[in-house]
Amino acid sequence: MSDVNNSQSMATTSAPIVLEARNVTKTYGHVTALAGVDFELRAGEILAVVGDNGAGKSTLIKALTGALHPTSGEILLDGRPVNFKGPLDARHAGIETVYQDLAMAPALDIASNLFLGRELRAPGILGQVFRRLDKKRMREEARRAMSELKFRLPSIDNPVEALSGGQRQGVAVARAALFARKLVIMDEPTAALGVRETGQVLELIRSIRERGLAVVLISHNMPNVFDIADRIHIMRLGRRAAVVTPKTHSMNDVVAIMTGAATA
Amino acid sequence: MSTVIPSSPEPKASLKARILGTPSAGPFLVLLAFGLIFALTNPRFLATHNLSIILQQTVIIGVLAIGQTLVILTAGIDLAVGAICVLGTIIAGKMVNLGYDPVLSMGFAILVCTAAGLSAGGLISALRLPPFIVTLGILGILTAALRLISAGGAFAVRDPFLAWTGNTLKLGGFVLTYGVLIMVALYAIVWYLLNETKWGRHVYAIGNSPEAARLVGIPVRRHLLSVYLAAGLIYGIGAWLALGRIPNADPNAMQTANLDSITAVVIGGTSLFGGRGGLIGTLIGALIVGVLRNGLTLAGIDPLWQDLVTGILVIIAVALDQMSRRRN
Ligand SMILES: Nc1ncnc2c1ncn2[C@@H]1O[C@H](COP(=O)(O)OP(=O)(O)O)[C@@H](O)[C@H]1O
Ligand SMILES: [Mg+2]
Repeated sequence: MSDVNNSQSMATTSAPIVLEARNVTKTYGHVTALAGVDFELRAGEILAVVGDNGAGKSTLIKALTGALHPTSGEILLDGRPVNFKGPLDARHAGIETVYQDLAMAPALDIASNLFLGRELRAPGILGQVFRRLDKKRMREEARRAMSELKFRLPSIDNPVEALSGGQRQGVAVARAALFARKLVIMDEPTAALGVRETGQVLELIRSIRERGLAVVLISHNMPNVFDIADRIHIMRLGRRAAVVTPKTHSMNDVVAIMTGAATA
Repeated sequence: MSTVIPSSPEPKASLKARILGTPSAGPFLVLLAFGLIFALTNPRFLATHNLSIILQQTVIIGVLAIGQTLVILTAGIDLAVGAICVLGTIIAGKMVNLGYDPVLSMGFAILVCTAAGLSAGGLISALRLPPFIVTLGILGILTAALRLISAGGAFAVRDPFLAWTGNTLKLGGFVLTYGVLIMVALYAIVWYLLNETKWGRHVYAIGNSPEAARLVGIPVRRHLLSVYLAAGLIYGIGAWLALGRIPNADPNAMQTANLDSITAVVIGGTSLFGGRGGLIGTLIGALIVGVLRNGLTLAGIDPLWQDLVTGILVIIAVALDQMSRRRN
């Protein structure tokens, strides 16, 4: 067990940096959401981002994924500066995001939500001239993705609003896993879930890492973070206060850094 | 791994569950109920002649309700429906009366209606103004402008091309107008767009959650613009159908088009909150409005009562929608 963990952390400390932010700021009028934050994510790791409410976690990931434009600072993907004009740019670059509010159309079915914004068109004239969707293929692909991730759902034709919180989260994570080529970012994916559903989602996150993708996990839940993360990025007042690992620091240490009671 | 449950085959929904789960089942039952009441109280109601009249009377509201459905699906509302349609009849009528080619005149009128829809869409998507206010403003502007253009009064439009949509043809003993066929074709086309294409999916997605739509990369504003443009185009075609029914351009016509088209959409099961519903329901809703007006007329009831009943219906439909939303 400890061997596995060691080889993993060895891999992550020497792995190349996939996504990086340098001195990024974001202000809303007089409110400073990000006050010059640095960030780095290495290939194949699960990086947890923790911090108090309002520390700037959500704003940071929105800046990383093009959902908002930073006021200043630099973002680099694979060492090259990028300037995402919107979430679509980030998606094209291989970054998938599971937003805190999931970004789903509740009345549409699971398959439609999995493919929302990148629907598949039917082959031939029907697709090219008549722009017909390939609903059958999208349904099959959706089913395959969900079973590959070993995530059970009542039916792929159900509207998302008919699902439990955990199932919805599962669909959002599956969507990210299905399309991500480089990394997946998740904002509080287990915040609204019970113990069992949380376990399922953590399992999903591990299976995403097993596919060789890097994962950024924003979470409030310290036991979850310590269970699953390779490294922990601690936010405080719109800045990175420290980066630690579950092996070198305890939960109490992390909470102390988060609240400003201690420094790394 | 104790948390992972193997996937099992999906259970097939039973026929009963599927019928009850179909959103247009409710409106269809309402249509049947009204039909039954009128058929039992008046033998003339079910005569093929009368049924054909109902269809012809439904054409204009039926077509306007298509555009209204698109707008309401995006969680908007269009209060300029009737005004844009009347604008089309006046422009086409004026041009023909001035001696312009009728096809050109109608084409230009439809183009102007499309442009009117486009400007509503532009104000709504670019300036992010509420659809309710924008279309109410356009209603006010057009109402005044139309009275100015037509110097206050209605005028006759006598042109075979403009009136063509009112011409009849027989289909197995059933008398139809070309207008009815155009309406059915429009329903089929827009149904296809809504249900079988990416464009339609994105209309629903925006109505469900504009923020979610934006985050998955749908160009929300451009899409809204295309919806209002399509609605304007449909209202323009509605103007041609209106001239086929009554060869008159009247700036004071279609006063109840807002009420009737919104009623058709909402009775048809499309949610005023956007993102839920569809065109089949709207067609049934338009038929409900048509049947109701026709049945009450046959019973010799004053048109004002028809408006009153329609008003009650739309409020009931919205209340049901609101209640089902709250349960979710
Ligand atoms: N759209 C916004 N407008 C104004 N202030 C905002 C906005 N989004 C976030 N903030 C503020 O920025 C700070 C950081 O917010 P956020 O990134 O959501 O924190 P976290 O996700 O860590 O709880 C908070 O003070 C919040 O109130
Ligand atoms: Mg947050």
